[in-house]
Amino acid sequence: MTRWLSKNLIRIYAALAFIYLFIPVAYTMAFSFNDSGKRNLIWQGFTFKNWLNPCGAPEVCTALGNSIKIGFLATLFATVLGTMIAFALGRYSFRGRSATNLLIFLPMATPEIVLGASLLAMFLNLGINPGFWTTVIAHVMFCISFVVVTVKARIASLDPKLEEAARDLYATEWQTFRRVTLPLVAPGIAAAALLAFSLSFDDFIITNFNSGTVNTFPKFVWVSSARGVPAQANVIGSAMFLIALAIVISAQIYSSAKARRLQKKH
Amino acid sequence: MAFAHAGTATASKPGRAGMRIPYLLLLPGLLWLFMFFILPLINLAETSTKTAVAGGETGSYEQTFRLQNYVDAFSENSAQFSRSFIYALLSTLLALAISYPLAYAIAFKSGKYKNILLVLVIAPFFTSFLLRTIAWKQILGAEGPVISVLRTLHLIGADTSITATAFAVVTGMTYNFLPFMTLPIYASLERIDPRLMEASGDLYANGLTTFRRVTFPLSMPGVVAGTLLTFIPAAGDYVNAQILGNPTTKMIGNVIDSRFFRIVDYPTAAALSFTLMAAILILVTVYIRRAGTDELV
Repeated sequence: MTRWLSKNLIRIYAALAFIYLFIPVAYTMAFSFNDSGKRNLIWQGFTFKNWLNPCGAPEVCTALGNSIKIGFLATLFATVLGTMIAFALGRYSFRGRSATNLLIFLPMATPEIVLGASLLAMFLNLGINPGFWTTVIAHVMFCISFVVVTVKARIASLDPKLEEAARDLYATEWQTFRRVTLPLVAPGIAAAALLAFSLSFDDFIITNFNSGTVNTFPKFVWVSSARGVPAQANVIGSAMFLIALAIVISAQIYSSAKARRLQKKH
Repeated sequence: MAFAHAGTATASKPGRAGMRIPYLLLLPGLLWLFMFFILPLINLAETSTKTAVAGGETGSYEQTFRLQNYVDAFSENSAQFSRSFIYALLSTLLALAISYPLAYAIAFKSGKYKNILLVLVIAPFFTSFLLRTIAWKQILGAEGPVISVLRTLHLIGADTSITATAFAVVTGMTYNFLPFMTLPIYASLERIDPRLMEASGDLYANGLTTFRRVTFPLSMPGVVAGTLLTFIPAAGDYVNAQILGNPTTKMIGNVIDSRFFRIVDYPTAAALSFTLMAAILILVTVYIRRAGTDELV
């Protein structure tokens, strides 16, 4: 018994850590089925009505719609701009390289409250009213660095022999990029986009500073938390969890199936 | 197809046009960061030394280069400052204690379930962190299951609470930033060549010695990255203190937030933001230096 315990201690520890990680997620999901009134605090009984009517609470779907729109635009801009920087850093040598690396690192080493407060102070000084587009601008700003880091890691892990082979077969620089490099880097770009979207969708602090009267899903949760978050917010939180999990798992299955197919061919 | 374009291959040798490519790739993104990260910081520095216009309306300030703003801001809020750093340090250490064995188990003991377990580490992220923090508040709160169980067992008194305490704030931050700690540690453990650990065993080192002298030192880059990714957001956080804390657990983030929105005292908020950022950057630099030299030992 003690031998078994000492052999498996780390596995038990890991299992406990996973339980700890998932307790609030399970709680959020369970309370999305709560037959509650406005205050979703005490278990009142099981119901599907919140799932059938996720927009039932006032403002919740407007806020969700804004979060999705902002997340989509921020992801698009940040992924394009960040991927370009990642290629410059990963594929070229140029002057000002370490300054560029520093400029990419600094936003990640700055607390969100400083990023949010400084940007709002500038907007106010310029007489710009914060709203939808100032939020998009802010989100692109803090997502770029994460995109650069993710895509750069993927570029660095590529086997340079593959690109050499393309050049040996008389592919032009552009063809090599289009037909060899880009498809190989694509999973990294997709991961970066997913990361950017989830960072943007879940951001509260920077958004709260720069969005003015525009409501987002995290802002909705924050404001309603004073009175008790409606069960519809739990429905949306749980649905986002399930959708994201489905995307990640199907991507994993797809890539491992592809790897198996490639192994069979050789 | 490839042969048809063979002639153009020579033209793409890095010439004058080729030299410009990296700068063209960098320009839009770096311009964005310059306009919406660097310029706001410069503007913030400028705001931090302003003073209120005498007889002006609330929120109007003029530049008087008053450095005393910094002294005032710090001395009025030194308790919140030290609390921010103590809470951040405690939650970073707790997160490290939870994450390291977890990352170790995933890297070395999970076999074919490795990828699934990695997804599970990130998965809680997919539910809004505010919802999860509020869930903790309700789980640990006065009407929640933990308190009622402890009460029926007579382990705590009728008026003891877990929420609205410093303990709740620190554990809330630990929870929120846990994946930021686990993933980098996992990444550096995963890169370790298993032959190094075998070699250590061949040289009669026991498991503990192998861990202490081989595995742990090699995982240091992950530990450094993880502690930074946890400590930095934790020091500036105010969401956990707001939801899980009470007025005596206010952190510097709460002060900056209320100076900005409730009191419209931009100069103090700016001075506090700058002091926070400077303190974090100094700590981070010292820490990276120390960790860097420790690695060489």
